[in-house]
Amino acid sequence: MAGAAGPGRVPGAAGGDGDDSLYPIAVLIDELRNEDVQLRLNSIKKLSTIALALGVERTRTELLPFLTDTIYDEDEVLLALAEQLGNFTVLVGGPDFAHCLLPPLESLATVEETVVRDKAVESLRQISQEHTPVALEAHFVPLVKRLASGDWFTSRTSACGLFSVCYPRASSTVKAEIRQHFCSLCSDDTPMVRRAAASKLGEFAKVLELESVKNEIVPLFTNLASDEQDSVRLLAVEACVSIAQLLSQNDLETLVMPTLRQAAEDKSWRVRYMVADKFSELQKAVGPEITQNDLVPAFQNLLKDCEAEVRAAAAHKVKELCENLPVDGRETIIMNHILPFVKELVSDSNQHVKSALASVIMGLSTILGKENTIEHLLPLFLAQLKDECPEVRLNIISNLDCVNEVIGIRQLSQSLLPAIVELAEDAKWRVRLAIIEYMPLLAGQLGVEFFDEKLNSLCMAWLVDHVYAIREAATNNLMKLVEKFGADWAQNTIVPKVLGMANDPNYLHRMTTLFCINALSEACGQEITTKQMLPIVLKMAGDQVANVRFNVAKSLQKIGPILDSSALHVEVKPVLQKLGQDEDMDVKYFAQEAINVLALA
Amino acid sequence: MAGAGGGNDIQWCFSQVKGAVDDDVAEADIISTVEFNHSGELLATGDKGGRVVIFQQEQENKTQTHSRGEYNVYSTFQSHEPEFDYLKSLEIEEKINKIRWLPQKNAAQFLLSTNDKTIKLWKISERDKRPEGYNLKEEDGRYRDPTTVTTLRVPVFRPMDLMVEASPRRIFANAHTYHINSISINSDYETYLSADDLRINLWHLEITDRSFNIVDIKPANMEELTEVITAAEFHPNSCNTFVYSSSKGTIRLCDMRASALCDRHSKLFEEPEDPSNRSFFSEIISSISDVKFSHSGRYMMTRDYLSVKIWDLNMENRPVETYQVHEYLRSKLCSLYENDCIFDKFECCWNGSDSVVMTGSYNNFFRMFDRNTKRDITLEASRENNKPRTVLKPRKVCASGKRKKDEISVDSLDFNKKILHTAWHPKENIIAVATTNNLYIFQDKVN
Repeated sequence: MAGAAGPGRVPGAAGGDGDDSLYPIAVLIDELRNEDVQLRLNSIKKLSTIALALGVERTRTELLPFLTDTIYDEDEVLLALAEQLGNFTVLVGGPDFAHCLLPPLESLATVEETVVRDKAVESLRQISQEHTPVALEAHFVPLVKRLASGDWFTSRTSACGLFSVCYPRASSTVKAEIRQHFCSLCSDDTPMVRRAAASKLGEFAKVLELESVKNEIVPLFTNLASDEQDSVRLLAVEACVSIAQLLSQNDLETLVMPTLRQAAEDKSWRVRYMVADKFSELQKAVGPEITQNDLVPAFQNLLKDCEAEVRAAAAHKVKELCENLPVDGRETIIMNHILPFVKELVSDSNQHVKSALASVIMGLSTILGKENTIEHLLPLFLAQLKDECPEVRLNIISNLDCVNEVIGIRQLSQSLLPAIVELAEDAKWRVRLAIIEYMPLLAGQLGVEFFDEKLNSLCMAWLVDHVYAIREAATNNLMKLVEKFGADWAQNTIVPKVLGMANDPNYLHRMTTLFCINALSEACGQEITTKQMLPIVLKMAGDQVANVRFNVAKSLQKIGPILDSSALHVEVKPVLQKLGQDEDMDVKYFAQEAINVLALA
Repeated sequence: MAGAGGGNDIQWCFSQVKGAVDDDVAEADIISTVEFNHSGELLATGDKGGRVVIFQQEQENKTQTHSRGEYNVYSTFQSHEPEFDYLKSLEIEEKINKIRWLPQKNAAQFLLSTNDKTIKLWKISERDKRPEGYNLKEEDGRYRDPTTVTTLRVPVFRPMDLMVEASPRRIFANAHTYHINSISINSDYETYLSADDLRINLWHLEITDRSFNIVDIKPANMEELTEVITAAEFHPNSCNTFVYSSSKGTIRLCDMRASALCDRHSKLFEEPEDPSNRSFFSEIISSISDVKFSHSGRYMMTRDYLSVKIWDLNMENRPVETYQVHEYLRSKLCSLYENDCIFDKFECCWNGSDSVVMTGSYNNFFRMFDRNTKRDITLEASRENNKPRTVLKPRKVCASGKRKKDEISVDSLDFNKKILHTAWHPKENIIAVATTNNLYIFQDKVN
């Protein structure tokens, strides 16, 4: 194999009498078949450069035939090639020659790798728009037919995505043929093709005449929705959304709803899951009346489904469903028909279900208003805040803001805060960590006064937690709080406590002081940093533990830029020089580094 | 012996034998699985050395209508390598436990192969063209003087000798704590299952970093373990149904539509034990070593140590047919236990029309049972009668003292020669039978 020899590039650039401009292109062309996949990929990505250099004629007669045969390559190369060809029309001579791009894309549309096929189909769809109506029927439609009647299912699945782009611009006889081809793919032997057809059914329906939708698409939809394989049936649910949007309420009731009702009660949980998952789209597509009569009862069933996956998917949709109900009568429907089922889910046996519910349930409070929230929802929130599963508790905490808006902070704090405080002291450090991450958010919602009163002591306690990750998170938390509440607040509440820890007998706590200073100095500004923090840091340079000393050096490096130059030269420099002579290697190293960075040498 | 077994008096002829002739068997060469693809044109074997060998049936020769295409080596590749799990200090053998072909999706062929821990998806494709023409060097690799490049050359594909490439496309790893015993591709063409001793996982063929656990029989306390999964298979056309067999001789059928976790079966196939046959070995010999759905999907066949049973999916309380494979061994169980043979895992297979089943035995014997005529036959895979188109003579084992002519006494059976893996061409009467390190191919005599 010749390609095995030597590197991809010839040493030394082109020169002498040769055409300089050809050399880089020659390299690119040669690298199209280099052993190294990265070089091939690189060349494919610069395919337009090659095509420009070759000119439209040679691109059509030489480059494209070569590319058509390159289907043996790695997936990533083929993927890049499929993508490039979608933008190649100009490079082969404009719309009149767009059909020259079909052969390579056709072979890419039959490879086994789904991502490559999908990209080839995407590019084919793109260049179909550039075909003239005549070229479309002469070249593009025959390609679609070839793919649709291919021996292997890969080509037939690719065909499914091409019908909708050529249909609108075809003549009526060709249209009939296209519909016929699509129809036969919907009853293909292989489930792969039926799935591809089912997933494109909605898209195809949108470009069809309304009569054809009713006479041809609806029967196909009904068939696919009762396919023997549940993997096909579940895709029909998606198609349902698009088809429903095209039909009048009356037609919807007679043509689509029987199928949808059946899907909501399908024997396979995966189909019911799909109904739950697409519930909001379905709701919008069928309109308020059918929603109230059909979908709400169906939703109740999904909320109490025997399969936890289905309940979880339905629980996720509770808020959206309620939001999208017509404002008129919404409260009654929710209170009478939805909330009783939601209450059940709060004590579901499956934690994913509870967690899904917890992520949306707070949203109901804005819809139901203050009184309903206090009376009906707060008990649910409280129950979930005390749930044994941390994910459920966290989902509640992270959505506190919407409840805050409705019932106000006092009410909220009285009922929920005890639970939060309890979590902040949880025995599992990951739970504590998660609570810390919500502190800035809570602080923003609760306001400074309330925060000082209830939560500040917690934030300080975390600084001396025995788990490093908690101490680190607590440090970052302080920084965010200072950003929220300002330097004055920091000076009065935080800084004294932080600096007090500099005298702690435990060196880990002393180091926490330094970490806090690193995090806070910028937010606190020059004055606080110079007057309050710097003296403490400098004092700690004499610490007996080397770890503390080299962290002093690191801290000085960090806060140096905030200090004015006199402080830097008068106070910092001598300390760093002293540390630079330390007996410990690491201390010396970091001191030297700080001296260099701060340009104090 | 009541006629020749296997359908309407098929006479089986020797066709080919693959593998080394000498008696010295290298451990790595021991065949561990045999599988035809869906058209029967390709036949794959896996061995203890982690290799997969694929044979291709030659196109039929039009002038000689008698001889059907022989199988010749098409591609050989190393599918798995020995590995070491450093955390558990365990060696992971490279032995190929199972091979399953995917339904054909384009000109290339795809198969799944698995060892104890890792499943791999392989692509086997042909290439008959290669690109030629560089700008900056000759075909032999010598560089041209760049100054001589005055025009650009685009490479051109030229025909070359056919090359078959096997390339690993996906690796499905880290999902099994115990040893994988089965893989089975779903009729939805996009998922497959893999079963180990205690769990069954469901995979998407295109997704390697995630699989769903659908069956888990691991007890909270491993000391309460009484039963392991021995085999599992998807129904051939109902994509939501699969079965798994256990070491206790039961088969559970699960419906994936009912729930995401299939810990609760929807059907349990179990035959009440015959109290008169009860012995120390009862449980060991009732362990199911293989389960296979018929092509029609109506029946399934299970193999335990001494028999093959056919079950109607609609009848759970007993099999519709039971065939004794080597009942004469019932009196030998004690010595078979001592030499560990009692734990051998015999597989079984259906013919293309579900009318005959085949399974292996000892002494390089294999058995066929005709379900319509109820006739059975014992044949031997041996080099002694390996002239092409010689008809195989039926063998008979003599259980009692008086041995007739042409009969073999139970005591003279060679228990080191066992046929565990067999495969039947999906459409024709061609069978592949693996002895220790040889693959025999037999076919019916064409008149």
